[in-house]
Amino acid sequence: MLNAERIREDFPILKRKVYGKPLVYLDNAATTQKPRQVIQATNDYYETYNSNVHRAVHRLSQEATAAYDEAHEKVAGFIGAECMEEVVFTKNTTESINLVASSLSQQLQKGDEIVLTQMEHHSNIVPWQQAAKRTGAKLRFLEIDGNGELKLQHNSATSGMCNRTSSDLQLRQTIGKKTKIVAFTHVSNVLGTINPAKEIIAAAKEIGAVTVVDAAQSVPHMPVNVKELGCDFLAFSAHKMLGPTGVGVLYGKRELLEGMEPFLYGGDMISEVSLEGAKWNELPWKFEAGTPNMAGAVGLTAAVDYLQKVGMENVWEHEILLTKLALKRLQEIEGVAVYGPKDAAKRSGLVAFNLNGAHPHDVSAFLDAAGIAVRGGHHCAMPLARLLGTAGSTRASFYLYNTTQEIEKFAEALGKIAAKLKKPAQTAESWAKSDNRL
Amino acid sequence: MANAAASDGIENLYREELMDHYQNPRNFGNMADADVSYHDYNPVCGDEVTVQLKMENGTVKEAMFNGKGCAISQAAASMLTEQIHGKSVKAVVAMTQNDMLEITKINPGPVRIKCALLALRAVQKGIIQYEANRANLAK
Repeated sequence: MLNAERIREDFPILKRKVYGKPLVYLDNAATTQKPRQVIQATNDYYETYNSNVHRAVHRLSQEATAAYDEAHEKVAGFIGAECMEEVVFTKNTTESINLVASSLSQQLQKGDEIVLTQMEHHSNIVPWQQAAKRTGAKLRFLEIDGNGELKLQHNSATSGMCNRTSSDLQLRQTIGKKTKIVAFTHVSNVLGTINPAKEIIAAAKEIGAVTVVDAAQSVPHMPVNVKELGCDFLAFSAHKMLGPTGVGVLYGKRELLEGMEPFLYGGDMISEVSLEGAKWNELPWKFEAGTPNMAGAVGLTAAVDYLQKVGMENVWEHEILLTKLALKRLQEIEGVAVYGPKDAAKRSGLVAFNLNGAHPHDVSAFLDAAGIAVRGGHHCAMPLARLLGTAGSTRASFYLYNTTQEIEKFAEALGKIAAKLKKPAQTAESWAKSDNRL
Repeated sequence: MANAAASDGIENLYREELMDHYQNPRNFGNMADADVSYHDYNPVCGDEVTVQLKMENGTVKEAMFNGKGCAISQAAASMLTEQIHGKSVKAVVAMTQNDMLEITKINPGPVRIKCALLALRAVQKGIIQYEANRANLAK
């Protein structure tokens, strides 16, 4: 168990008041707050050893280079990568996925298939749409059911002789001979659903497809090990795990990264340049063109240190506790519809919901007035919102510094708002009509 | 310290009259024999309105709307249908953002101004289309 009250003391911003009320920050799926250890590490970098990395021989550059390289080592250890060569720093998850999509698409041909799921964030849809457009490849989607889970549930009614479950069957209807890439979110940023990553990766591997995991909502919240998952690529962002903005991570298997063309070209990603051409630098620098975000990388090291000290198991346990309480309280409020799995064991630390047909922007505006920061809208997953038959939802997302008292405060405020935003049957009906499409 | 966005506080923004129009919208529904029918929406937030007008001698004889979305967008639509009743085409097309803020008596700030303007823009686009069609028919 972690001590959230003790942890809160490390986060200066959590002492802030908004509209004279204590800040209740429940927008952690968008970005998390930073502990003073991270802020301090970034400051230290600028105040004592700021300089460019990998080039100069002077003392400051040596220190900056050591710290920048160490950040790669630190992240490699955190996610169970083999070595730092497998850890590429980008600017965010979106850029990480763009890097993979751009480089891999050079190996795609007309008729090849890219498999995604219906619950992807725009950052794991649009780069693949573009890759498909460039190459003539086709996009296919693993479908979701009414609970917001992939339609992969194991069916116990499978034959005793054959161990192949119906979930295997569902996967294999979409992931087939033509599939070259399977890219999916580990945890949905709207539904909170934890996808059966190992199962999807195993199905992809069987037919030799490359797997890309969008881990933006999983790595910050639960223990994730790339070797255990068996994925080829995995992407996430520092700013969603206590780190600074502007640093993303792309994990890639060494042999795959070695076979790929660079994403951006220029300084630091070369080993030798003539007027006619260039040779690429070794991993991971081959994919890190230009001066990188050094202060951000140093901050990420401090963020990983912080999380490791608390323990990811403890972070995860705490979030489950908060999520269960939030689900319970939300169900007690009349007119609340919660999205995603009913079973809390299949969910991560976020809860998206709608209130009686009230628009999410109204709900979040009233919560904001009570000092509670949540997110309202389509959460950068418009295809999913459309599937759910809504214009969006309100989302409360939790992290290690949130407390059960904050969840109670949030639920209490929401109960009051529900009464305020209640619509008469006549107009609410026009919502209901379009809200029941799933 | 960063200042709060330049919009009304919650009590002013969601003031009583606005909430009343949101919860009990005026002129809400479907007009069977509308001359003007225009649907508009904001893909970013999902606000939707369909405005329907009955025209007579270059003036708005009747105005209705239906839709779904945030309180500001729906209340603004409701208030607008009351305001344009009996107004000339010219006057309606000339209406501005400021007119809309006066009608709704709110200052929604830069992010949500689109909500307040959705219905007005739909009415104006619908009328312009209607006038253009009439001009074509007259040729």
